[in-house]
Parts: sequence; structure tokens; C-alpha cells
Amino acid sequence: MEVPILKQGLFLIATIQAALSDADLVQLRSALVHQVVRCRSLGVIVDVTAMDVLDSFASRTLLEISHMIRLRGADTVIVGIQPEVAFAMVQLGLTLEDIPTALDLEEGLAYLQQKFPSAH
Amino acid sequence: MDTSIAIASDRDVVQARQRGRALALELGFSASEATLIATAISELSRNIVSYAGHGEITLRSTTVGGRLGLVIVAADSGPGIADIELAIRDGYSSMGGLGLGLPGVRRLMDEFELISAPGRGTTVMVTKWIP
Repeated sequence: MEVPILKQGLFLIATIQAALSDADLVQLRSALVHQVVRCRSLGVIVDVTAMDVLDSFASRTLLEISHMIRLRGADTVIVGIQPEVAFAMVQLGLTLEDIPTALDLEEGLAYLQQKFPSAH
Repeated sequence: MDTSIAIASDRDVVQARQRGRALALELGFSASEATLIATAISELSRNIVSYAGHGEITLRSTTVGGRLGLVIVAADSGPGIADIELAIRDGYSSMGGLGLGLPGVRRLMDEFELISAPGRGTTVMVTKWIP
């Protein structure tokens, strides 16, 4: 299942539409890193609202996405982690370390717009 | 009634955890508990794909002393685990021990049992009780 990546000015928005397999997550990582380069984006939002589970593999892949994109000089915000998913992540001992998170897409965009006031 | 799901690819991991969530909700677990169960199934079935190539997840309900629970059995005939103590030791991070995520799964569930030996495959049986 491919995740659509929308370009909005200097930001990219990847909205996960359904539960993703490991291969889908790896594909998303690669697509986002390439798109950030091609579009010269400053920020990326990954909307995980539709993810049923964020287990160790998904958390690690989101961290990798954020770290790779940071090496390009851009920021990643993860939005839409569901309360029960957050609960399970904490129980499992998973964190997203230093990746900024926001409640939803709107808050995520507000975060990036504040950080890059001239980007839109 | 047992539900068995053959696990051989990452798509099966998604399928197994979705079946587990549906069964958990059917049995009366809350959405939050059903997510803990789905997360545990995701970790256990990924271990099967990563270390054994293929195996099986079995889901069944159980009643003990009037309490209703959900049992998950993850079984494979892969290489097995030599140092079980190390595999379930809770490390500083989620990847403590052998990096199988088993300490994390143990925390998500109420009961945890691991049977394994080198060359004899691995069976993990976990249970979550309805509070």
C-alpha cells in the first residue's frame, strides 16, 4: 500500500491511509527522503492517525525517517498518534526520542510554519 | 475455538494483529487493551518472520475461575533460542536482552511463557485477562 505524499509549499505531507506492513514503511522512508531532496522541502509531516499499531519496527522506521531527513536539513513532525497506540508504545518501552509530535495535521503545520515563517 | 494464522511475510503480521484486535474487542476488551494485544501479536509474529521465516499464530479465548482471557501462541520451528534468560531480560531500552522485543511483550501482557531450545524452534504463549 503506497502512502500518498502531498507537496504543500516547502512542506511535504505523508498521510498513512491504513495499517502498513514493514515493507510499506520502508517504502515510505525511501519515498520521503527522495521527495525531500527533489522538492527542496524544509519540513515533513507524517500523519499516522490510521496506524493501528506502532510497534518496535514502525517506531524505529519513523526515527530513521526523521534522522535521514534531518541530515538533509529538514524537520519531521509525526502527527495523529492515537491515545491507545501511545499507551501501548509506552508499555512496550518505545519512544520517538527527539522527533517533534503534534496532535493532528493542523497542529503539525502550525509547528512547521512557526519554525519556518517565510516558507509558505 | 482456536484461530490459527499462518505467518510467513510482513503482510501476515498485519493480518494477525488485525484478527487479534477483532477477537479482543469481541471478547469484551477495551479499545486500549485490544491495541496492547495487537501490538504484542505484531512483535511476536515479526519475530517469526525475521528469525524462523515462517510459523503460526494461534488465538483463543480462555476462562479460568470465571475470568475471561485471550491467549496468543506464537510457534515456529526456527533456530530456537539458546539463552532464554537473556532473551527475556529487561534491558534499559526496548531492545534489551537479545533484541527480540520479548521483555516489551511481557510487559504488555499478563502472563508470559517461552519454550525454546537451539534447533527445536520457539513457542511463546501469552495471555491477557479482562480486568
